[in-house]
Amino acid sequence: MSLTRREFLQILAAAAAAGLPLTDKHALAAKPEAGFYDLTRFGNLRLLHFTDCHAQLLPVYFREPSVNIGVGGAVGRPPHLVGEALLKAFRIRSGSPEAHAFTYLNFEKAARTYGKVGGFAHLATLVKQLRAGHPGTLLLDGGDTWQGSATSLWTKGQDMVEACKLLGVEAMTAHWEFTYGGEWVKQVVDTDLKGKVDFLAQNVKTTDFGDPVFAPYVLRELNGVPVAIIGQAFPYTPIANPRYMVPDWSFGIQDDNLQKIVNEVRAKGAQVVVLLSHNGMDVDLKLATRVTGIDAILGGHTHDGVPQPTLVKNAGGQTLVTNAGSNGKFLAVLDLEVRAGKLAGYRYRLLPVFSNLLAPDPAMADLIRKVRAPFEDRLNEKLAVTEGLLYRRGNFNGTFDQLILDAMLEVKGAQIAFSPGFRWGTTLLPGEAITMERLMDQTAITYPYSTLNELTGTQIKDILEDVGDNLFNPDPYLQQGGDMVRVGGLTYTCSPFETIGRRISNMRLDGKPIDPDRKYKVAGWAPVAEGASGEPIWEVVARYLRDRKVITPRKLNLPRLNGMRDNPGMA
Amino acid sequence: MNELRRALLKGGTAAGTVAVAIAAGLMRPSQVLAAEWNKAAFDAKSVSDALKGIGAASPADSKDILIKAPDIAENGAVVPVEVTSRIAGTQTIAIIAEKNPQPLAASFDLSNGAEGYVHVRLKMGQSSNVKVVVNAGGKHYTAAKEVKVTIGGCGG
Repeated sequence: MSLTRREFLQILAAAAAAGLPLTDKHALAAKPEAGFYDLTRFGNLRLLHFTDCHAQLLPVYFREPSVNIGVGGAVGRPPHLVGEALLKAFRIRSGSPEAHAFTYLNFEKAARTYGKVGGFAHLATLVKQLRAGHPGTLLLDGGDTWQGSATSLWTKGQDMVEACKLLGVEAMTAHWEFTYGGEWVKQVVDTDLKGKVDFLAQNVKTTDFGDPVFAPYVLRELNGVPVAIIGQAFPYTPIANPRYMVPDWSFGIQDDNLQKIVNEVRAKGAQVVVLLSHNGMDVDLKLATRVTGIDAILGGHTHDGVPQPTLVKNAGGQTLVTNAGSNGKFLAVLDLEVRAGKLAGYRYRLLPVFSNLLAPDPAMADLIRKVRAPFEDRLNEKLAVTEGLLYRRGNFNGTFDQLILDAMLEVKGAQIAFSPGFRWGTTLLPGEAITMERLMDQTAITYPYSTLNELTGTQIKDILEDVGDNLFNPDPYLQQGGDMVRVGGLTYTCSPFETIGRRISNMRLDGKPIDPDRKYKVAGWAPVAEGASGEPIWEVVARYLRDRKVITPRKLNLPRLNGMRDNPGMA
Repeated sequence: MNELRRALLKGGTAAGTVAVAIAAGLMRPSQVLAAEWNKAAFDAKSVSDALKGIGAASPADSKDILIKAPDIAENGAVVPVEVTSRIAGTQTIAIIAEKNPQPLAASFDLSNGAEGYVHVRLKMGQSSNVKVVVNAGGKHYTAAKEVKVTIGGCGG
């Protein structure tokens, strides 16, 4: 059961009237505010920011992680706080709607109470409301917008391009967009987006001469204040995703070039400089110590729903660093007060988009209906029903990934299965149907091939070490922002604080140690090498689901962890 | 993007461009190979032998050698490495990919006050330090930058 907007507001009001004694700290007793989305006006400009919506046009459930470990200087600091540690750090009351939005705590019950999150029609209503309350607003999209759903894959992101234009996005940067191919992105930018959405990426250059491929920044005047928005695409796109999709372009962090651009826009009179970034929060936190002159980095990629910005001091002053979650669940509002040509104050809210609290915008709802219409039958195919909670997000595994692994092991006849540590993918509550649409939420990519290879024990260890170093290298500039590869069949021990080559140990299959020289049958999907082929992973999993019909709660295969006791990034 | 430059380069055939360069005296590969090829250094299988081969067994660390290379290579087959030496009187710049089978990847002789700047693309099979050795006035200086080469995949 989920509540309607009216019921939801009644509960809030009733709780307020009762003063609600909180005996159970997880009791779902919202701290009521008259008008959840009525923000008091502050400052003279307002930046609205969403990121990593992963093409979720309709409201969804999305469970935040219970494992998001920080290493090196990141231990115990945002974004590496989960559950109670996060609530405490940001003084969020247990049992409140915010506690539900920002943590995994009591997820199923809270999700049934507060309902789904996001959805572009609901987001559109919220954007309109927040624009109406402020004379100088700008709507920014941090990327990972055209990928993550069935309809986005089947329309090559065209559904999202149309939805973003209608939503009034003014500038964007990108990551997964590039997996439709660089040429395709360029074509969309030069036609559909031209004159409407500025597609910004200071760090994408041609590999031959280093020429910029996209506009690095845009200068806009908001309420009389010149504002520069600089774009930063995901620096490791050609490494984390197939190189052949963007063969002629070089990415990278390129903070020296960024510094030049910041200096350039300041010289042109920008009084506020914002980096619209797809670096990931850890990379942004380091970048903010090295590049000066940026007022705020509005970040994404790592899908961290961080309630308040981190203030980073550097040689030129200070920089706010934010991360605005994923799957359309949040809309960030950064209100800025600019006085005498300088930033004098700010207020930040990362607003959860509770679909039941927002009436859907009719025009957007209509567009969504139209883009879905040709696909409704395929989307709604009911493959199975889940008895347990299915989610993906978490450093090591999620129940939906476990389901994918279980399916691969069986269908492919493999001894070991690998599933990539993506951070997108929605959540299903116990009792819900697993439709084709929900399965595509976890698998909709342009290189979905499932594979079966013979790998030696040494090769298996090298893969785990390599991915582990992308996640746990203490230097954020070497972190690619995904999670650990999910592993089926094989058990192992992981020591995140160790160095590459030493993090993975005690690898076993059926209790027996893995032989470095023996070959094992390993199933996987989403190969980045050119020329790969294989049945799309969604077909493999769909077959498994149709056979089963009822999916029992999954038992997560998790590595044993060393050195993680008391890490606030683990529940 | 400089479309004209790109079009011009695409227009000329590769062979034609190279032929012109050789005719103009810009490239003299056979002469370079014959007269100045430091076979011992380029054939060396270890970093220490490569260093010995270029006469720089124990170079001093220097902060005046700037190495620009990716933290993680986008393609191990062509890793762009840009070296700037701010050391006065820079005569040679040697580039060593420490874990390559033959570590010495390049050595440039600079003369007549040429700017201490080179840009190369290296092939690297695995994560490794890229070491630069500069010879200035008979003294050797060095700096290094690590470049990771990964199997890729599994990003966000």
